[in-house]
Amino acid sequence: MSEEGRVCDAPECSKPAVVHLTTVVDNKSTTSYLCKACAQAKGISTDPAPAVDVSDFLAQLGEAGPARSAAVAPEPCSFCDMTFDDFRESGRLGCPHCYTSFETGMRRLLKRIHGASQHAGKVYLPADPAAADLGRRLDGLRRGLQRAIDAEDFERAAVLRDLIREHETAG
Amino acid sequence: MTVDDFLAVPDFGLGWLDASGPHADIVLSTRVRLARNLQGHRYLSRASDSDRQTVFRAVARAVDQASLPDDAVLLPLAELRRRTQRILLERRLVSDEIVGRGEPESGAGVAVCPRETLSVMINEEDHLRLQCLMSGLRLVDGWSRVDGLDEELGRHLPLAYHHDFGFLTSCPTNVGTGLRASALLHLPGLVLTKEIDRALNGIAQVGLTTRGLYGEGSKFVGNFFQVSNQTTLGQSEEDLIDHLDRIVATVILKEREARRVLMRDAGAVTEDQVWRAYGLLRYARALTYEELMNLLSGVRLGVSLKVLPSPPVYSLNRMMIFSQTAHLEDAAGCPLSSSERRAHRAEYVRRALRDESAHGTSDPGP
Repeated sequence: MSEEGRVCDAPECSKPAVVHLTTVVDNKSTTSYLCKACAQAKGISTDPAPAVDVSDFLAQLGEAGPARSAAVAPEPCSFCDMTFDDFRESGRLGCPHCYTSFETGMRRLLKRIHGASQHAGKVYLPADPAAADLGRRLDGLRRGLQRAIDAEDFERAAVLRDLIREHETAG
Repeated sequence: MTVDDFLAVPDFGLGWLDASGPHADIVLSTRVRLARNLQGHRYLSRASDSDRQTVFRAVARAVDQASLPDDAVLLPLAELRRRTQRILLERRLVSDEIVGRGEPESGAGVAVCPRETLSVMINEEDHLRLQCLMSGLRLVDGWSRVDGLDEELGRHLPLAYHHDFGFLTSCPTNVGTGLRASALLHLPGLVLTKEIDRALNGIAQVGLTTRGLYGEGSKFVGNFFQVSNQTTLGQSEEDLIDHLDRIVATVILKEREARRVLMRDAGAVTEDQVWRAYGLLRYARALTYEELMNLLSGVRLGVSLKVLPSPPVYSLNRMMIFSQTAHLEDAAGCPLSSSERRAHRAEYVRRALRDESAHGTSDPGP
């Protein structure tokens, strides 16, 4: 991926290019060379892909200190009784509530696995949605509507349009 | 439709075999799946029989209310014969996780549309796995369909969702969007020109992962590579799909370029290898599955390069599915030893190729 001697293609940047990015739009391939900072600004990771072995991550979390200490180990999950040690061993959580029970450890773990700990996708609305969630959900529905129109899937577009109206009225 | 007669439907759950999608000569199929769980229920590893049954009933009700085609069928896996379970696995309608490691747990099930592309697995690692499987490279379309089904099911089911972490899953590697999108690519050009390692490294460096034909842990067979997103949290579904789509499109360009180079620099050798593969399939008396997949890879390449006029890609896809163990045993009506399997497989393939020639699409022989 690195290109010896090239500088970054981004405007007003003269750092050495470390990423060779090929994109294909409408069957046309274009190549650009970016430095690490500009690549990251475009959302391209310059680090090797993270491994997915959860146990490894958990072991590292444990080695980092506090989580291993009995004094600060999180309480077992109040819904399913799973302990953080159980989770560390199996790599699987016991129930959805475990995410809340082990929230601090989970944030660190998710950051390491995904490079992020904040969901940026589709929003699910329970019966009593917070206003912020409603806004994000509407954004998602509008994106879906545009997608359906682009794909000329007018049946789905009509369903989404009705849903958007429903949520706008509720908001 | 009853549980007993669904396999009588031709190509049940195999709509993607028809090779109708874009780039179907390179992209065998596109899969988009969403992991979802029900709020207030334990995940499978800590669930009791009664928990699993409760989840099954709730999902069955929601599936019934969703606008799936009328002929959609809900199959309780534990009630099916072992061979039928394996057939569903070989058709990629259920996972190895749910039926591959002994008898399925009670409450495990799958809802399948016989001719359509959507299916819902129940009580796998997560309570629900929604899947769309389509021919060719159709990631945006696949996402749109599975998203539509998710919307419908979400209206009837209380899904486990966290404001910061998104959709909550049993394994933290799936949390957030719960989205795993993949394209199953046939890349003999890159393998034969020895460019495949570079391509796989490139794929890994842009945050995607490559697996074998049957997903996680499966090995590379028949020059098939399954490319999918690695992370599920921190990006929107559209961004994840778009990124994968762009990278797969690049890999397709590279594969086409490699095939051109092959024909330009080693045309005679390539043609010879393709014909040898066809000849072996046409006349062999015993074939292992791995051998079959490697030979089919040669024939698939030959058809794509127009070295061979036939068989059509649909027939090649079909041979790949129907020559697996459970399918062969189903056709034979009895269990088969490994040597019998090899013989039945070779016979099935010989007959399939002979039928193609009888229908006038081949014999491509000179």
